[in-house]
Amino acid sequence: MSEAAAPAVEDAKTPDREAIIRVRDLVVAFGEKRVMNGLNLDVRRGEILGFVGASGAGKSVLTRTILGLVQKQSGTIEVFGESLDDISPQRRRAIERRWGVLFQQGALFSSLNVKQNVQVPMREYLKLSPRLMDELAILKLEMVGLKADVGGKNPSELSGGMIKRVALARALSLDPDIVFLDEPTSGLDPIGAQDFDELIATLQKTLGLTVFMVTHDLGSLYSVCDRIAALGDGKVIAVGAIETMLESRDPWLQAYFHGKRAQSLVGAEPAR
Amino acid sequence: MALKTGRARGPDVMEPEFAIERHGGEARLILAGPWTTVDAERIERLADGFATDLKGATRVLIDLSRVGRLDTLGAWVVDRARATFQASGVDAGYVNLTQEQKILLNEVTYRDVLGKPQPAQSQAVDILADVGQAMVGSWRDLVGGTSFLGALVAAIGRVLRNPSKFRFTPLVFHLEAVGLRSVPIIALISFLVGCIVAQQGIFQLRKFGATPFVVDLIGILALRELGVLLTSIMIAGRSGSAFTAEIGSMKMREEIDALRVMGLDPIEVLVLPRIFALMIALPLLTFVADIASLFGGGVVAWIYGSISQDVYLDRLRNAVALNTFLVGLIKAPFMALVIGVIACIEGLAVKGSAESLGRQVTASVVKSIFMVIVVDGLFAMFFAAIKY
Repeated sequence: MSEAAAPAVEDAKTPDREAIIRVRDLVVAFGEKRVMNGLNLDVRRGEILGFVGASGAGKSVLTRTILGLVQKQSGTIEVFGESLDDISPQRRRAIERRWGVLFQQGALFSSLNVKQNVQVPMREYLKLSPRLMDELAILKLEMVGLKADVGGKNPSELSGGMIKRVALARALSLDPDIVFLDEPTSGLDPIGAQDFDELIATLQKTLGLTVFMVTHDLGSLYSVCDRIAALGDGKVIAVGAIETMLESRDPWLQAYFHGKRAQSLVGAEPAR
Repeated sequence: MALKTGRARGPDVMEPEFAIERHGGEARLILAGPWTTVDAERIERLADGFATDLKGATRVLIDLSRVGRLDTLGAWVVDRARATFQASGVDAGYVNLTQEQKILLNEVTYRDVLGKPQPAQSQAVDILADVGQAMVGSWRDLVGGTSFLGALVAAIGRVLRNPSKFRFTPLVFHLEAVGLRSVPIIALISFLVGCIVAQQGIFQLRKFGATPFVVDLIGILALRELGVLLTSIMIAGRSGSAFTAEIGSMKMREEIDALRVMGLDPIEVLVLPRIFALMIALPLLTFVADIASLFGGGVVAWIYGSISQDVYLDRLRNAVALNTFLVGLIKAPFMALVIGVIACIEGLAVKGSAESLGRQVTASVVKSIFMVIVVDGLFAMFFAAIKY
């Protein structure tokens, strides 16, 4: 029993944590066009990594490649220290259970209601009593800022912002270690977006969540992201805290972080 | 102090566990190990047993200091147990919380989220409600169909007054999809059905020594009924379903609304070209089907019934007149209209879900085939009445 008393608090707040996702020399091509060209990226345990890049630069492609939805030509992707290429289907399932994904359009199952959508992963992986599953589904919905009565609605009856929230609730359904968020705050009003950011920050603090967030929301980048990686020409052109981005000489990053919209944010919220 | 360990697993696998220390009425509930989703089943079982394990305690202190990891599921279940103690008059609280655990427990404080379960209605009421809904539904179908037909006629009127509004490119596109690409399959099944009818005809008529009359049988049956019926059913399954799915998925993704707000009439843009294409293609395909089944009948008559080609053609010329052929052909555009209208109505009735798309496509095919057969029956009565 004393061994049970020595819990493995592996995600203690050490400054240089191990990489939970490690991408090396990734090449992804569609026909002749190389979208990823020798990309390297580390996502550290317990951090919120913001991922930026011009539209069409391949941010979503990278996410989808890590998730195994897009075939890569070469390179390695390691998640939880295991290369996704040479693991058994069982191991892969175990890994898939430990990540949650918020797709850009929500990707809610349209034939299930909201509560059932959130319960899909629980039904698939856990054996729980119906009562606990109902409670958990509503808990997750309330955690993402929705009312319990949303649970009975169909996805087609929801607004864009609500779809995002339900999709996040579903992504968090199994208390994953990593969540992939594809533009989580796009289509939300500024207050909703700020709530969303705070929610993600809270979850990260309490659950030791690792967040990989593709975003264009400068507010999110400033307020919640621990590090930011910028994608250009199929490579990560810069990675680091927001200060690193601001100091970068790269013309695209200059335009991105010193544009009019960014200026107004910097003015309102001086560098933290 | 007893520690519940349950079934033993490998030494390196840590499971959620708990221990109880009692000092008189005060009990200390010490949780240990990972209280996370991974062991959800076990956690629920352990927590459900807390009430019996701690019977008689007046004060429960829940100690989380030995919990390795806690996530929302674990926190919820633990806090639910605490709330259950509170509700039964036992003073329950936490001790030795870390900062993270405090935030997490704050976030997932137990509250009754399920509310009162709805009282179930009696089955008789459910059945009556279903019947009533079905009746209202079929009445709505009828009204909807009529108003759609009206909208279609109005759109045709607008296009006739201003022919430049008609969209020829989609018409040609749909003509190819509906007409040209259906030719092989329709020719094939008509040929086979012609063969089968001839074979059965010869087989049965042989008993009466009336084998040559099989030519009359094939000629009249194929031209009046079989050709057009087979073609219509095939097209309802092949093109009607495609129309419903196309229009339905456009509806799902708000493309129809996009057309409307741009001042374009979805009926003019989407429905008219499709229905016109069907009305042009179906008579042509019926002709193909007629010829193919006559050919199939001829082949079987020659091989199986020893009726030579010359005799077959000669008897066919005597058996069928132009009106036999026209009776079949006249029906074709009406069948096309029925199929097209049903397919488009069902497509526009699709709601947001994938399930609804599937339901409407099924409904489209079933209703079109049913209506094709009904219309065929009406025509049969009509032609009999006018002796054509």
